Amino acid sequence: MSVSAKAPARAGGYLTVVVGAVVGLLVTAGVAGTEENGLAFGRAAAPEEIAAWDIDIRPDGVGLPPGSASAAGGEELFYERCAACHGEFGEGVDRWPVLMGGFDTLTEDRPEKTVGSYWPYTSTLWDYIHRAMPFGEAQSLTDDEVYAVSLYVLYLNDLVELDAVHDQDSFAAIEMPNADGFFMPDPRPDTPTDEPCMRACDVPTEIVGKARILDVTPDQEGEGTLE
Amino acid sequence: MTVNKTETKAVGRRGFLKSASALAGGAAAATYAKSTLAASGDPAITELKDWNQYLGYGVDAQGYGVPSSFEEGTIRRWVPWLTASAESSVNFSPLYDLTGFVTPNGLHFERHHGGIAEINPAEHRLMLHGMVDKELVFTMDDIRRMPSESHFYFTECAANSGMEWRGAQLNSCQFTYGMVSTAQWTGVPLKWLLDYVGAKDGAKWILAEGADASGMTRTIPIEKARDDVLIAFAQNGEAIRPEQGYPLRLVVPGFEGNMSIKWLRRLELGDAPWMTREETSKYTDLLEDGRSRMFTWVQEAKSVITNPCPERPVDGKGQYKIEGLAWSGHGKIQRVDVSTDGGRNWQSARLHEPVLPKCMTRFEIPWDYQGGDALLVSRAMDETGYVQPSMTELQAVRGVNSIYHNNAMQTWLVNPSGEVENVRLG
Repeated sequence: MSVSAKAPARAGGYLTVVVGAVVGLLVTAGVAGTEENGLAFGRAAAPEEIAAWDIDIRPDGVGLPPGSASAAGGEELFYERCAACHGEFGEGVDRWPVLMGGFDTLTEDRPEKTVGSYWPYTSTLWDYIHRAMPFGEAQSLTDDEVYAVSLYVLYLNDLVELDAVHDQDSFAAIEMPNADGFFMPDPRPDTPTDEPCMRACDVPTEIVGKARILDVTPDQEGEGTLE
Repeated sequence: MTVNKTETKAVGRRGFLKSASALAGGAAAATYAKSTLAASGDPAITELKDWNQYLGYGVDAQGYGVPSSFEEGTIRRWVPWLTASAESSVNFSPLYDLTGFVTPNGLHFERHHGGIAEINPAEHRLMLHGMVDKELVFTMDDIRRMPSESHFYFTECAANSGMEWRGAQLNSCQFTYGMVSTAQWTGVPLKWLLDYVGAKDGAKWILAEGADASGMTRTIPIEKARDDVLIAFAQNGEAIRPEQGYPLRLVVPGFEGNMSIKWLRRLELGDAPWMTREETSKYTDLLEDGRSRMFTWVQEAKSVITNPCPERPVDGKGQYKIEGLAWSGHGKIQRVDVSTDGGRNWQSARLHEPVLPKCMTRFEIPWDYQGGDALLVSRAMDETGYVQPSMTELQAVRGVNSIYHNNAMQTWLVNPSGEVENVRLG
């Protein structure tokens, strides 16, 4: 799927340069949303405030900060910060997400959706690791560490060489195997919408499965009950 | 904590009154009177109860009221084996214990991706930036001064009923359907805010971001943002609960629940979707040919019978009512049909008023249970003419691996003992 042509690079993107110049003074003065700053509600966002929160990355690479790393540089980091949940090879521990493998399984009865087999863009990998990983220690990795760990996950999927150094431009350009595996717009409704049958309808009414047989339902009292 | 202390105090006082009564020699007389009356008639009527006689708690007992202790089973529950951790997981609303269409705030289902953020509203900010004329920051005080609206909307997780694609798996109404809830949300229309900051012509998408530890993000099309999206700060008349995004969340009516970003701190306008983790690797619908639909936002019409259900069995032959809930992300529920023979014959149920768009609607129909096996099914239609599909119809177009957006009709088997089971017909 293609997105629009490259938008302006993030550094000071969009209007921040102009607005920032006008507004910096007001922010310093701590002026709230009053008529004093010409706004009935709110105040202008300072450039450094936007920079602090504007951490999202798009598939076209917009938002990727300058940096470079290799998968080799992320190996130790992965063992220390990621492997407890994802396994040393990205195979996943317990029910934590599997990160590697699963290629050519998407049409199988039990598909394995991993970073390698399913994720369409490397930008999403960088964005997500940076904003949410390690689980419970979000935003604790430096930009170069995020590049290194992202590349290591890609290396586990044989998508980059161990020692290949990537920067923000080459990282965004790495093609993912399932990049063309997604489509939109939503084609629904995709089931019959005729006026439904009300009498003597020809539908199967044989019981072919019972949840009780599986016996995986938590008890009402005990397992599954919240305090 | 405060409530507990107060309760102890109140019970102490009641205990004192009882003791005083006993000292006065009243105890023996009361026992005699009770046993005499109990010999004939229902003791619920004939016996003098404590609450008939002794003073109850005063108005100083509870600063914030809680349900009766006899309702302690009316709670959210979760399925421990379903997810790796409780912080990135779901729990389910006890639909069979609810009436009307409003979900009490303490029973609204939860879905978090990084636990519940506990935010001091004084330290919360909402930033709007990107393709806008004015990049602004708002405090909660700012937001509360803006024009607001209140609307009843359902919120349903895209994965509600997601465990049932291959067959009947969980023998429970709560665990198969409980990731849907309804609340009256109060907040600022996003359209108003977009006009206020001056959305640029080329802005087609909005990235919404939460302040939680998952930094939850989704991209929302600007047409929807200008339609009915709310920046909500209240839920059923009170501040939004922490687990629902206190102090500020997005409410994206009719769309899959994860788009209604909780703990909302940032909206960025852009000309292309961001393709976040939650709209690529998750919340995309894998089909049999290995390709996946993405941006399948709307929760199509769906219904479930909440009584009887596995948690609410039937007690022998007799007159009952079949009731349940229906909802559609496309608008109002137009009709709900109910079958007691697995879908061969149907009758249209009565809908409880008011019937509101993108809101749960309660249906009910009298049922004379003659004993034996009964197969209860409900089928919703919405105002667009959409008909809730069978699982066979869904599987025909989507296979069994798409996880999300299972809105197939549900069958409950009532067996001769009155037990109710989740079954799959074929």
